[in-house]
Amino acid sequence: MRNFQALIVISQPIRKLLTTLSLVSTLSLGSLSTAQEPVRIAFMDPLSGTFASIGNTGLKILQFSADYYYNSRGGILGGRMIEIVPLDNKQSPNETQLQFRRAVSDDIQIIFQGNSSAVANTLNQTISRHNRRNPGQEVLQINYSAVDPILTEENCSFWHFRFDAHANMKLNILTDYIAADPDIKSMYIIGQDYSFGQVVSDTSIELLKQKRPDIEIVGNEFHPIGQVKDFTPYVTKIVSSGADAVITGNFGADMVSLARSIIDSGLDIPIYTFYAAYDGITATLGEGGKNRIRLIHNGVANPLPSEERKQFNHDFKAENPNFDVTQPRILNALQMVVTAMEQTQSTDPYDIAVALEDMRFTTIGNEEIWMRGDDHQIFQSLSISVHTDEDIEFDADNSGWGLRTEYQVPKEDTIVESSCKMRPPRR
Amino acid sequence: MLEVFIFATLNGLVTGFLLFMLASGLTLIFSMMGVLNFAHASFYMLGAYVAYSISLYFGFWTGLIFAPLIVGLLGALIERYGLRRVHQSGHVAELVFTFGLAFLIEEAVQFFWGRDTKNYQTPDLLDFPLFTLFGQEFSAYRGFMMTISIGIFIALYYVLTKSRVGIIIQAAITHPQTVANLGHNVPLIFMGVFGVGTALAGLAGVIAGPVLTTFPGMATVLGSIVFVIVVIGGLGSLAGAFIASLMIGLLQSYAIASDVGMPDLLNLLGISFARDHPLNDLWTINLPQIAPVLPFLLLVLVLIFRPTGLLGKREE
Repeated sequence: MRNFQALIVISQPIRKLLTTLSLVSTLSLGSLSTAQEPVRIAFMDPLSGTFASIGNTGLKILQFSADYYYNSRGGILGGRMIEIVPLDNKQSPNETQLQFRRAVSDDIQIIFQGNSSAVANTLNQTISRHNRRNPGQEVLQINYSAVDPILTEENCSFWHFRFDAHANMKLNILTDYIAADPDIKSMYIIGQDYSFGQVVSDTSIELLKQKRPDIEIVGNEFHPIGQVKDFTPYVTKIVSSGADAVITGNFGADMVSLARSIIDSGLDIPIYTFYAAYDGITATLGEGGKNRIRLIHNGVANPLPSEERKQFNHDFKAENPNFDVTQPRILNALQMVVTAMEQTQSTDPYDIAVALEDMRFTTIGNEEIWMRGDDHQIFQSLSISVHTDEDIEFDADNSGWGLRTEYQVPKEDTIVESSCKMRPPRR
Repeated sequence: MLEVFIFATLNGLVTGFLLFMLASGLTLIFSMMGVLNFAHASFYMLGAYVAYSISLYFGFWTGLIFAPLIVGLLGALIERYGLRRVHQSGHVAELVFTFGLAFLIEEAVQFFWGRDTKNYQTPDLLDFPLFTLFGQEFSAYRGFMMTISIGIFIALYYVLTKSRVGIIIQAAITHPQTVANLGHNVPLIFMGVFGVGTALAGLAGVIAGPVLTTFPGMATVLGSIVFVIVVIGGLGSLAGAFIASLMIGLLQSYAIASDVGMPDLLNLLGISFARDHPLNDLWTINLPQIAPVLPFLLLVLVLIFRPTGLLGKREE
């Protein structure tokens, strides 16, 4: 309800105009080759509302990646520019369907989306239906962050590719790490009441039971997503449960508020998270979260693995001083999609999808990542990093605080089986 | 169990008093204008952001004093040059005006301060546990929040019922013409009330910002609940708003702290359902899970059984 449709509607043509103008100027400066139609990619995520900050950072990374690697170097497919079209879905499944219609009417065939598995599931179903009914005008879903396993299991689709490790893969590594800590005897699980939060809870309990049957689950709590004003009442329960550690899949404001309440209550136990960094979270946690907050994520935090990766971070910060490279997998996804386009010399989603299947790609971090063909799930190294201010070369939120990787698992060890039975469309 | 109860009560009171600071301004403005100010929670957010910016240069305490003043001034200006003109076109226009204002403020905040969470911290002076009970700390800052809110309640009560200004305000609300005939400047009184109401919302934002996190969604999270309070308490009733604030603060806190749910009730009745029952979600629901919905449930019940709210007067 709280949106600014009008503003977005106005800003869209202006942005298009600006892109066109800049295109015209580059063309007139360079050779007078025929103006080629840009390759348009939609970025569909919350750009307003409660979770806007995550969406906007993602948009900045995608935009910068496209300009940095392709548009400033003459484009792709022999001179075509990449145009990123932001579509604000407000992280709502309803709005997502509206924006999807808009993308389709604008002839956009590639959609990047990452925030909220509920939204990703909606988009997945909408796209499957659309593609079945409109052969020749298919749309490809590039999921860079939604980690509900179902997207590459029961609901896997030929038109969906995931560039982040899913929740079960991450939890597998995280519970290994927790199981190795003999001091942890009891665990409290708290999460947002929706698909991903429930997956985190169910899987953690199941895996801990296998790996460390002696760890007692002293709490398993769900709260409504984006609705809780004050987490102190929840923290009271955590304290009185006597838990030795907390696992949470919370993100955005729900993550900060929860961590802040735990810190304020004086409870000194480790908190294992998925998303407790960047977009103001790191700065807000500051000293209170030091050596207590850990994240499971893909790739590596400090120290960054290669010079090129450092250069990318550095140049991104130079252009966007108030944003961080929070999700390098957005760049990986874009690079792999472009590689698929170049290989097939086509922007047709079917051709791209076929080329992406079983693609092995070396990232700018010098790591080979693999897109499994059976279920369209990426495999890459996973890390557990700690919130600290020591040995941080690239901090978050310009705060001096950041993530330092403590534990890393190569991609081979993250591979899990999938129950996906994908039916490729007939061509 | 006792420790959970004590802390749930304390938490409920802190939230309740905070909600009252918002609800008091809203209910006063309602009795004056006759419409709900949809932008009220936006002033709360504005208070937090302005105080954050001030605290970067001059520290928390300067922000605590000046941010509410700035927000109140802004509120008064909006009343003077916006609402007063719209007022002539009737209630619907006013309602739409405040509705639009809420969007405008939210977008403006995101435009000037960005969309990420702001690192607005509690002052070092209050960065210690006030007391420790059963191994859990109650931070001094929460105590401070409570003190400020209770102080505001007492001050507001005193001014409105005992002082001359309060009597004129009360009279202006019910009999504006008569008050004007007695030589008082009624528009000025309205502007003042609107300014003070928004300043109170701003103050609530200033003290809530560091603990409830300062981010662009903070108005949305709190906004709906404040309306619920004002309606439950009875539109226009300050005492009603006070009771409803504490009631909702405590209700939510106790609901979260409790560990009962449908499974317990069913066990008690000796009924059990299979896990694959189509209504499984309903049979496994528990109280903490629905805690944030309870105020709205209460709202519906109050509207059914006592449409005027707890202490509201029936409109002619």
